[in-house]
Amino acid sequence: MIDLSQVAYSYGNDALLSDISLHLAPGSFHFLTGPSGAGKSTLLKLCYMELLPTAGQMSIFGRDVTGLGRDDIARTRRRIGVVHQDCQFLDHLPLEENLALPLTVSGRDETAEASNLHELMTWVGLSKRATALPPQLSGGERQRAALARAVIMDPEILLADEPTGNVDWEMSLRLLQLLVELNRMGKTILVATHDLNLIRAAKSQVQTRVLRIANRTLIHAGADL
Amino acid sequence: MTWLARLGAAMTGNSGADRVVPPTGYTARLTVFTAAAMAFLAVFALALSLATDRLATRWSEALARTATVRISAPAGQMQQQLDNAMAVLQTTPGIATARPLTREERLDLLEPWFGPDLPLDRLQIPELIEVIETVDGVDADGLRARLAGEAPGALYDDHTRWRRPLVRAAERLRTLGLISLALISAATAAMITLSAQASLAANAKVIAALRLIGALDTYIARAFVRRYTLRAFTGALVGTALGVLAIALLPRADAAGGFLTGLGFSGVGWLLPLIIPPVASIVAFAATRFAAFRQLRETT
Repeated sequence: MIDLSQVAYSYGNDALLSDISLHLAPGSFHFLTGPSGAGKSTLLKLCYMELLPTAGQMSIFGRDVTGLGRDDIARTRRRIGVVHQDCQFLDHLPLEENLALPLTVSGRDETAEASNLHELMTWVGLSKRATALPPQLSGGERQRAALARAVIMDPEILLADEPTGNVDWEMSLRLLQLLVELNRMGKTILVATHDLNLIRAAKSQVQTRVLRIANRTLIHAGADL
Repeated sequence: MTWLARLGAAMTGNSGADRVVPPTGYTARLTVFTAAAMAFLAVFALALSLATDRLATRWSEALARTATVRISAPAGQMQQQLDNAMAVLQTTPGIATARPLTREERLDLLEPWFGPDLPLDRLQIPELIEVIETVDGVDADGLRARLAGEAPGALYDDHTRWRRPLVRAAERLRTLGLISLALISAATAAMITLSAQASLAANAKVIAALRLIGALDTYIARAFVRRYTLRAFTGALVGTALGVLAIALLPRADAAGGFLTGLGFSGVGWLLPLIIPPVASIVAFAATRFAAFRQLRETT
């Protein structure tokens, strides 16, 4: 689904990532770990094309990303759900409209998807917070809402950047449980985290692979902890 | 897709796209005010163009077919030369009518310059013949030559000397009016572009979030374009209405035919300001679309 071969990314003269080779197979569950500043977020940004590689080959759903136009990139992103650490909600819209935004921007009928939306909000435990504005949500609620928004388009791949970075351990486990359920539904999952306890908790429930970034490159692809 | 189709799509498309951009009262009011002010000025520029156009046409037509023969001669020869000149004029092809002005008419012409108290009746003033040409016109050089032979004191003046600069001045005023309209459109575009850019910059995070969940550039741009186009239309509608009202309340043209009192519209010309709001909308549409796509190109 996502293939990187000797990919590098540089900003100006600074090489942020180099010689990255990675294959995310359908239905796989990967953790991406490494120290802060190692390049985890940069690699995730490459995976959803917020950044494009400056060297190497990269394809998503079999298409070379360097050949994609802006509209192609937007349409491809609809097949990839992303959970950002800062969630990136539109603060002036109530939660239910934020969650429905991927449907809105892709031109799908929101009313036809209303039951799915309600079901999804129940799944992440936010059915009673539908009319709340994002600033009124707690950290855990925001992360669960971000997860709900990421999956509302039924994406094939889910990318999460430090999804448990701002929540307590109990909420981390709850979020992990949601990710595991999605993986069992066949979604390909890639989670960037520096929380090794979270990875250990996941490994007890589902088969995962751990990727480690250090010195700007992927050095332990497929290694166990 | 043509620009007209794009404009239609932006106006009739998914209005839900509007909601993704937070309401911004300050830029909204600024855009509406700018459009209203520019439309108000555009109404006056349009009225100026039309008034000067009418003026140029009127001067041109009124003066084109009239001429004057002035006869300056010693008192003893005046009547003879007047009769000779009349005889020449009556037998010249292209002259529709020729009529000597009475002494009272000639004194009336001088009174505005010398006042009513001067003893004009003691002055020897030239005889004047009012000539109206046919639509075919007259051979002015040939007529002058004949008058020189029959009435040496007669001078044929077809007003060309001072008609041309007047008509040229009116035409230049009309051109200035049209240039003003173009400048008003350009200034409107510039101000709406700046306002849209400010709004786009303020909403950079919203734009980035929308891109990341798969919004196409056209969807994001439409949210801004629709908003600014509607604001410009609303403002221009108000400004045009006020401008037309102000023109309608100007004093009507008086007997002196002063230029300023003739500023305004006539007949179907009153409908012309109706094009200002749609034109303002098109200008806003193009300016915002340009600004939005330029900003979006900087977003991944």
